[in-house]
Amino acid sequence: MKTFQMGGVHPPENKISEKAAIEVLPLPQKAFIPLGQNLGAPAKAVVDKGALVKVGQLIASGEAFISANVHSSVSGKVARIDNVLDHSGYRNKAIVIDVEGDEWEESIDRSPAVIRECNLSSEEIIQKIKEMGIVGLGGATFPTHVKLMVPTDKKAEFLIINGVECEPYLTSDHRLMLEKGEELIIGVTILMKALKVEKAFIGIENNKSDALENLKRIAADYKGIEVQPLKVKYPQGGEKQLIKALIGREVPSGKLPLEVGCVVQNIGTAFAVYEAVQKNKPLIERVVTLTGKSVKKPANYLVRIGTPVNNLIETSGGLPEKTGKIISGGPMMGKALVSTEVPVVKGTSGILIMNEKESHRPLMSNCIRCARCIGVCPMGLEPVLLAQLSANERWEDAERERILDCIECGSCHFTCPSGRPLLDYLRVGKNKVGQLIRTRAKKI
Amino acid sequence: MLVSIISLSSIGAASAIILYFIAQKFKVIEDPRIDEVNEMLPGANCGGCGFAGCRNFAEAIVKATDLSDLNCPVGGNAVMTDIANMLGKAAGTKEPQVAVVRCNGSCENAPKKVQYEGAASCAFAHALSSGDSGCPDGCLGLGDCVASCKFDAMYMDPVTCLPVIIEENCVACGACVKACPRNIIELRNVGKKSRRIYVSCMNTEKGGVARKNCSVACIGCFKCEKECAFDAITIKNNLAYIDYEKCKLCRKCAPVCPTNAIHEINFPPRKEKTEKTAKITETV
Amino acid sequence: MDTLTISGSPHVFGGQSVKKIMYGVVIAMIPAMLVSLYFFGFGALRVILVSVVSCLIFEYLIQKHLMKLEPTINDGSAVVTGILLAFNLPSNLPVWIILVGALVAIGIGKMSFGGLGKNPFNPALVGRVFLLISFPVQMTSWPVPKPVFSSALTDAVTGPTPLGLIKDGLKLGKTVPEIMSDPTFPDYIQTLIGNHGGSLGEMSAIALILGGIYMLIRKIITWEIPVAYIGSVVIFTGIFWLIDPTYYADPLFHLLTGGMMLGVFFMATDMVSSPMSRTGQLIYGVGCGVLTILIRIWGAYPEGVSFAILIMNAFVPLLNKYIKPKRFGEVVKHG
Repeated sequence: MKTFQMGGVHPPENKISEKAAIEVLPLPQKAFIPLGQNLGAPAKAVVDKGALVKVGQLIASGEAFISANVHSSVSGKVARIDNVLDHSGYRNKAIVIDVEGDEWEESIDRSPAVIRECNLSSEEIIQKIKEMGIVGLGGATFPTHVKLMVPTDKKAEFLIINGVECEPYLTSDHRLMLEKGEELIIGVTILMKALKVEKAFIGIENNKSDALENLKRIAADYKGIEVQPLKVKYPQGGEKQLIKALIGREVPSGKLPLEVGCVVQNIGTAFAVYEAVQKNKPLIERVVTLTGKSVKKPANYLVRIGTPVNNLIETSGGLPEKTGKIISGGPMMGKALVSTEVPVVKGTSGILIMNEKESHRPLMSNCIRCARCIGVCPMGLEPVLLAQLSANERWEDAERERILDCIECGSCHFTCPSGRPLLDYLRVGKNKVGQLIRTRAKKI
Repeated sequence: MLVSIISLSSIGAASAIILYFIAQKFKVIEDPRIDEVNEMLPGANCGGCGFAGCRNFAEAIVKATDLSDLNCPVGGNAVMTDIANMLGKAAGTKEPQVAVVRCNGSCENAPKKVQYEGAASCAFAHALSSGDSGCPDGCLGLGDCVASCKFDAMYMDPVTCLPVIIEENCVACGACVKACPRNIIELRNVGKKSRRIYVSCMNTEKGGVARKNCSVACIGCFKCEKECAFDAITIKNNLAYIDYEKCKLCRKCAPVCPTNAIHEINFPPRKEKTEKTAKITETV
Repeated sequence: MDTLTISGSPHVFGGQSVKKIMYGVVIAMIPAMLVSLYFFGFGALRVILVSVVSCLIFEYLIQKHLMKLEPTINDGSAVVTGILLAFNLPSNLPVWIILVGALVAIGIGKMSFGGLGKNPFNPALVGRVFLLISFPVQMTSWPVPKPVFSSALTDAVTGPTPLGLIKDGLKLGKTVPEIMSDPTFPDYIQTLIGNHGGSLGEMSAIALILGGIYMLIRKIITWEIPVAYIGSVVIFTGIFWLIDPTYYADPLFHLLTGGMMLGVFFMATDMVSSPMSRTGQLIYGVGCGVLTILIRIWGAYPEGVSFAILIMNAFVPLLNKYIKPKRFGEVVKHG
């Protein structure tokens, strides 16, 4: 079975919510919809305080090149446009809506019927995706329409669909592949059409055999879609690792997957694309896994964007006692939240609740130069060296040692027997080196 | 014996000749004044002048026709005047400065709401979240500034979790200013008798939000601005700023501040309202 | 609600710790320890105990009183150093020499560089080589093994190691087959199980190999260094043996004697003083092998493992600097 060769680790999978079917979460009383939900520039609000909005109405438009539209996920009245604490740990601009009823825009097709035919051209599809504010739902939240616009000097050969879900605990993509397989595959065909490619690979780790079988069976009816089982290994969901595992090509350092003729999209994104193009439905809800060893009822919820995390926790039996940490995303790459008031955004794939015991890092001791971090680095870097360079502020040396290639997967810190915060220092270094390069570019 | 003496001496002689020619060939003609200026500089290589080290600064001094933009914060005006006299150029004068920490979000004033765990690096904690207290502009207390100080002029106060500047040692090189990811530290003029008045807060959030996280935050209430007779105080983004060039150190603004955000340093204690100001000077 | 913890990802950890690794090494050394107890009895026990306890005490005292740090002696690294040092000493060594060895190993070999993880040389080897040079007589008079249940020999009898026998024999003008055919010379089976003269731990190749396999399975060590080391020894000695079997001993003999297995599995693989990248580890292993044989064949000492590893330790920073792992995306392949 295929997988990527270089590095990688095997964290305990803990997919405790994989058997829980997707449930619709009740509407919140107040929705907090941040304007910056995508990588790149935040959107600009187009509604004012006091405005009445419907579900699916455009409330903020992404005007910059790398930006995405934001739609109202609820119907009601705009209470205020204010700074709201979000998953970044800072207070940022968000539109706060007092929910009244559940009135949808008429243009949205809410019937459960599956629409297979799509007669739009490539440009029209991309335009539609842009309008509907679709971003990458794997967590990076890169605007999808930008990713689909292939520069004229490059050519896309393959569409790679990421159904790996290599993060422990998370099961939202898994449930989606089981329950919305048909829609999802249609979404893939639409993406293929947008990219003008003939071949798509769907990579799924073999710990999700039911989803694998389901998609394989459905994809048999569609031309050019190949469902490929992959051996479980973290971080297989990284773009570069997934391409390497599926078709054996290595994306050169500092380049995009397009360099080797690939465009990678998440499985959740494919489903959102189906809904946007075939059903005219903007990205206003997504599947979020609520999980954790101490959670009473681990579940997968279909959640409206802007719902406070607290609502999910309450529906699953309340915040467990002795909760030490709440993570947005998986335990390997997720972000620790500072409060349960933080709203669910487009990039929230899961909420993981850890108890007091699990939530502390192992004690740090001297580095024993065991080189395990080097062995597990999927990018072939030397995390121990890079962390040292970063701590000593030797940015130029760190750049030469390719600190910017780091994908922040966390394998190095995961495996370090001395419990050293390697990734913390790598992140600082990446930040600083990035700034250095930008100022250098400005000078020239 | 004789053979070895001769052979060794000839090897020595040959090497000397070779060395002489190589030294001639690669000789770098350098203005001798650079060395002289370099000698006069403090030699701390702190980078406070904006150059990589003292020697680079000496080169710049010798090259420059006008010295008014060049200043060595460590040596101060005395050293710069000496150098200018030696070179026959006019020296610029610069008010001596000192670093000031513009945050009073101590553990008591800005209680912790979450617990940070990880690398002891403000830069990283800043990227991770708004910090333990929830104030997005407040001191993170992990000591990047103290680590950057080359003059032993800073330490972290274990009680308040805030950095403290030892004025006698501070040369205003600006290393801590650059190290702080939140721009909390500012270089301000030392002032008459080392007396200074400044707003010890950087929070630009609305008053209510800022107060929620920190009891001594500037809430942008305009009271101090109205009180100031010299136009030294401006309020921008819910935050007051006292211009040290304009401030006449009249001390009228500090008592009107509802949150004690305005700090006075090195003043004699006030006669009336001693309780309130005593508290302020204590925290300073 | 309790205070939430905020930290960067990752939020789960692999559960490895320095302690686990170090005690894993200790477990791997148990077979060799048992063999030494069997052959040398109380003498072996005395050396091991004195060495381990003194290493722990020295580390504690230095950390607490000289470096003013929180002592970390329970991380197991001093125990490993202590046992390794004991493995390199003859069983009849006076206690005070062992103490000197432990002090040099911990004090100079490890703590003077800043403690665990910062020492460029393997501390146990530093201690051993210091003793070997300072007290050559005591360090090279090995008691002949006396299995616990036999009463044939007494403690006082000492004899040289097999490698020493060969070196002395060659000096007397004998050929290698002649030396080996001497009835007192241990055969391969005896060298394998450890029934020959030598230091405590270097005796039984099979016990050491068992320990090595355990460490490989537990992933405490990687295969690169042992394989490169053994491979280079076999090839290098093989060439000489084929040229002149009367003057050079065969590869198998070299592998089984002189603490080769101890060096290969326990000392060359010491993670602190070995290179980080895989290629670096291969080069390091080959270097160790070649140097060992160079010293054994042409050097003044019959045994060369300790010196070879120490010399290669000195090259490790260089190897780390110039031998880099292959980066992802370095070679562009089109499939």
